[in-house]
Amino acid sequence: MGDQMSGPNVYSELRMPLVDGNKRVGDITADICRPLEGRAGPLWWVAFLTAVTVLGVGVAAVGYLFSKGVGVWGLNRTVGWGFDITNFVFWVGIGHAGTLISAVLFLFRQRWRTAVNRSAEAMTIFAVMCAGIFPLIHMGRPWLAFFVFPYPNTRGPLWINFRSALCWDVFAISTYFMISLGFWYIGMIPDLATLRDRTVSKFKKKIFAFFSLGWDGSMRTWSRYETVYLLLAGLATPLVFSVHTIVSFDFATALIPGWHTTIFPPYFVAGAIFSGLAMVLTLMLIARKTMGLENYLTSRHVDSMCKLIIGTGGIVGLAYATEFFIAWYSGNEYERFVFINRALGPYAWAYWTMVSCNVLVPQFLWFKKIRANLMIVWILTIFINIGMWFERFTIIVTSLHRDFLPSSWTYYIPSKIEIATLMGSFGLFFTCFLLFCRFLPVLAMAEVKGVLGYARGRASTENGGSS
Amino acid sequence: MNRTLHAVYTEEQQILEVTRESRERGYEIIDVYTPYPVHGLEAAMGLKPSRIPIACLIFAMLGGGLMFLFQLWTSAYDWPVNIGGKPLNSAPAFIPVTFETSVLLAGLGTILVLFITSRLHPWKKPALQDARLTDDHFLLAIRQTDADLHPELAKELLLAHGAIEVHEVVDGGAA
Repeated sequence: MGDQMSGPNVYSELRMPLVDGNKRVGDITADICRPLEGRAGPLWWVAFLTAVTVLGVGVAAVGYLFSKGVGVWGLNRTVGWGFDITNFVFWVGIGHAGTLISAVLFLFRQRWRTAVNRSAEAMTIFAVMCAGIFPLIHMGRPWLAFFVFPYPNTRGPLWINFRSALCWDVFAISTYFMISLGFWYIGMIPDLATLRDRTVSKFKKKIFAFFSLGWDGSMRTWSRYETVYLLLAGLATPLVFSVHTIVSFDFATALIPGWHTTIFPPYFVAGAIFSGLAMVLTLMLIARKTMGLENYLTSRHVDSMCKLIIGTGGIVGLAYATEFFIAWYSGNEYERFVFINRALGPYAWAYWTMVSCNVLVPQFLWFKKIRANLMIVWILTIFINIGMWFERFTIIVTSLHRDFLPSSWTYYIPSKIEIATLMGSFGLFFTCFLLFCRFLPVLAMAEVKGVLGYARGRASTENGGSS
Repeated sequence: MNRTLHAVYTEEQQILEVTRESRERGYEIIDVYTPYPVHGLEAAMGLKPSRIPIACLIFAMLGGGLMFLFQLWTSAYDWPVNIGGKPLNSAPAFIPVTFETSVLLAGLGTILVLFITSRLHPWKKPALQDARLTDDHFLLAIRQTDADLHPELAKELLLAHGAIEVHEVVDGGAA
């Protein structure tokens, strides 16, 4: 940001270039725009049609739910939150890695983020969209969803309860969505201008011209733009921590043993970033292969992300252990019971799925050989995604299903409609993501151009590098 | 007589040096057009740091302050409801929403200020219609105020730094 000292051209034996293949600035434009300019391949069509079909299943399930009511779900009086809230927390968590990569790593000057930030931000937006659906359909009468906002009404006006964690959630998620969308769009304006200038199709040119807002690369604009980008990163960083903190308050402010704990905010935030990074890798490892981005998203980028996964996975593992210790140390018999019940009760299968996927699986990533084998990394990330879904399921369902009154103990089994809705949310996510890959640049071209000279160590003016 | 000159470069280093030197020679730098933010160019052009952070702070305080007062008013004055025996003015419980609204207003406000100050809006025509500038070329636009005395001097400077083309824009060009 204007300071030359820490510019992108620092040369050190220890630093490896961020872009492989001896690319020049113009190559970046060509390489990243190429997949958008040709026709979609058969692979894309197969993936897209599958995603749309799955989305259709979800839409049908939600339609059925609206016509019949929440009784079509497997919820009962003891387990009042099941798949709906599990999926909500899961998707919000997925979104967090996008903001981590785009905002937190930006503030920490981790330049490797340029290879993944655009797609991770897109992932954030689509994941938050998926997340938002669940509280909405969980309301029972979703057509009255606007009741969650404080607006002058004819009932008094009767205002919403600002002391409720659920009300905080509404503000947190909607703010998160809008700021992420703004951040994503602002970051994309220069690239949209590049597309506007390159595209031959008149129709596309009009669309890109509209959304690129007449961007011309003026340095005066760039200067303000970079200030704004830094400010947005500075705003998004506390925001991302606040959002999952507030999501965890939905549980922590309740009196249910297993939920009522102060460890939840940091535990949830770490878990969110952990799951989100896994999802970024799941998506980007496919995208880099199918879109030919190997020179931009190198194995060194994957390596850095794997290390972040070990770190956040470690925090999650520590949180699991701490919860158990505190349950014992608290001397509270209800608290103790909940945790013993988690590990040994009827939902032990879910608990141990969670532990093996979230605590054991990341340990493989300590080995450099495994981090370098992208196929294995991809498989491990799938396990982490599964594990993190089960974490939310375990927290929600095992805490509820055996409450204070043993006569109301029960078991919760999701109905087919709930499973179809979960599938549908994946359909929505992948439909959006595939459309994004098809029509927008998956890498932030202007940012990659800016780090091209990084660690190339050239004193000459070649390739935009300087010493 | 003033002349406006546009010089196109292909390397980051060239645009940095030529901008610095043009400014030292006293030519007015209208603007530099680059495909990505070139570090050090703001200093070379003599741009002052943006004051947008002040706007951001004002928006944040506005968003947070108004939302806090709104929560206080709705919960304690307009229609007080006793919820679980909590005090009507339960300020700590208002903090999460206050924080979120500050961030929301600060973020959207900052974006709006960027659009206004940089005059970015839909249907706007870019100042220069040159596809190379959003790809891999750099353009320096200067106004030569001493053109009567040294008509060729500026052009020589621009070419000396490796300009691949220099053209004179009669109507003031991109400014």
